Amino acid sequence: MKYDSVSELCRIAEEEKVRISELVLKDQAVQMEKSEEEIKGTMRTMLKAMRASTKEGIEPGKRSSSGLSGGDAYKMQQAVEEGRTICGPVLGKALTKALSASETNACMGRVVAAPTAGSCGILPAVLMTVGEEWELDDEQLVMALFTASAVGMVIANKASISGAEGGCQAECGSASAMAAAALVELNGGTPAMVGHACAISLKSVLGLVCDPVAGLVEVPCIKRNAMGAANAFVAAELALAGIESRIPVDEVIHAMKTIGDCMLPALKETAEGGLAATPTAKKYMKQIFG
Amino acid sequence: MLGVFDIIGPVMIGPSSSHTAGAVRIGKYARSILGEKPIRAWIGFVGSFAKTYRGHGTDKAIIAGILGMDADDGRIRDSLDVAAAGGLSYTFETIEMEGMHPNTVSLELEGGSGRTVNVIGSSVGGGNILINRINGAEVLISGKSTALIIIHLDIPGMIGKVSNVLGDNGININKISLNREEKGGIAIMTIEIDGDIEPAIQQIIQSIPNVLSASILNAV
Repeated sequence: MKYDSVSELCRIAEEEKVRISELVLKDQAVQMEKSEEEIKGTMRTMLKAMRASTKEGIEPGKRSSSGLSGGDAYKMQQAVEEGRTICGPVLGKALTKALSASETNACMGRVVAAPTAGSCGILPAVLMTVGEEWELDDEQLVMALFTASAVGMVIANKASISGAEGGCQAECGSASAMAAAALVELNGGTPAMVGHACAISLKSVLGLVCDPVAGLVEVPCIKRNAMGAANAFVAAELALAGIESRIPVDEVIHAMKTIGDCMLPALKETAEGGLAATPTAKKYMKQIFG
Repeated sequence: MLGVFDIIGPVMIGPSSSHTAGAVRIGKYARSILGEKPIRAWIGFVGSFAKTYRGHGTDKAIIAGILGMDADDGRIRDSLDVAAAGGLSYTFETIEMEGMHPNTVSLELEGGSGRTVNVIGSSVGGGNILINRINGAEVLISGKSTALIIIHLDIPGMIGKVSNVLGDNGININKISLNREEKGGIAIMTIEIDGDIEPAIQQIIQSIPNVLSASILNAV
């Protein structure tokens, strides 16, 4: 398989009456000249490291070396445990986990790039939350990672997964689309619904720029991971309700690429525009780098 | 062609695949090229590395790599202490270098035997790296397949001797390059191969007369 179209992946899966994850696993075993078990084993290692990252950051005294971030995953967890949330424990837990993984990343802890380190909180947060809430076993979560990867591969092939190339829409946007796809498949949605969830999630973050304060993967990246997880739930909910994206998913991916190409370099990870150019950001930069 | 593990993974220490994971790999590559335990390291950061290395922990990442750690080693954030305890002294500088990738670092390592090596590498995104120069000679190693770096005297017949050893052991070369600083001086042969290589074969190549060092650099 060439991984150049999400619609094509959905079409083949529907035609062969299999899940996208099964299709991808089979194909990757052939591509890598390894057994399906071996590849699943490597993916299990990724899942375990992801799970650890969604817990490691939940610490009240956590601080990054720049001092810009840390401690927010703990605050979110407190709110969930004390029942102080608006949307209930599912979203609350996902936000906690997304903040945890991203804060772990900022504090030089161990994470899994998914697809990048800057967006490492989104997919783990969504998977671990529904894994706990729906009592799924790791085998199911591992398979969902194959569906998520396939979406990521198409985006990487047809657009970009790098903030320096396509802005945050390409990093957190891609991660969110991957997570939405995984969610829909885990919930028993059809491959077509997977496609719509990807399209809806990506459409909602089109144009999002990469403007990290002081060039660090902290502000606004950590909170954007929380947003990316929430966005994945929104897109999956809509798609599972039978709501369709009017613009087909592959055209959304292409739109994301053209928007990324139009973005000024100042808005693509150079820390020269957007939030990074605000007076407060400049003050922080001076404090950190002198 | 992309595979699932180009999208999910690597497992790495944050915060940035290019400023941390890639930097660890360059450091580790440089250590393998030196071929022994380094006791001194001089590190020159170029471009974006020079501007932001402190905030991204690129300094800790490079030292961790020089100490032999992998990109997912939990000790990376404490690597400067590990270096001090393990007898590795280091200096960081920011330098200028024309025409290089924005995330580039120049490393000068000295081993216990007094041997030194200079390695220039770039972190090109997603934890991927390119080694551009070894001891002033231009190379281009991506780390995507197993590479053999052979430092030898620039005399006739060296390529033949090395490739005979590989051929006799059923190893297929997919890329080979040779560079030298000056005629009759030190030359660097870079060979990329399909599959893996046994350490025993490295020993055989190492024992070829006029070979100064042979290191295996595993695909990363």
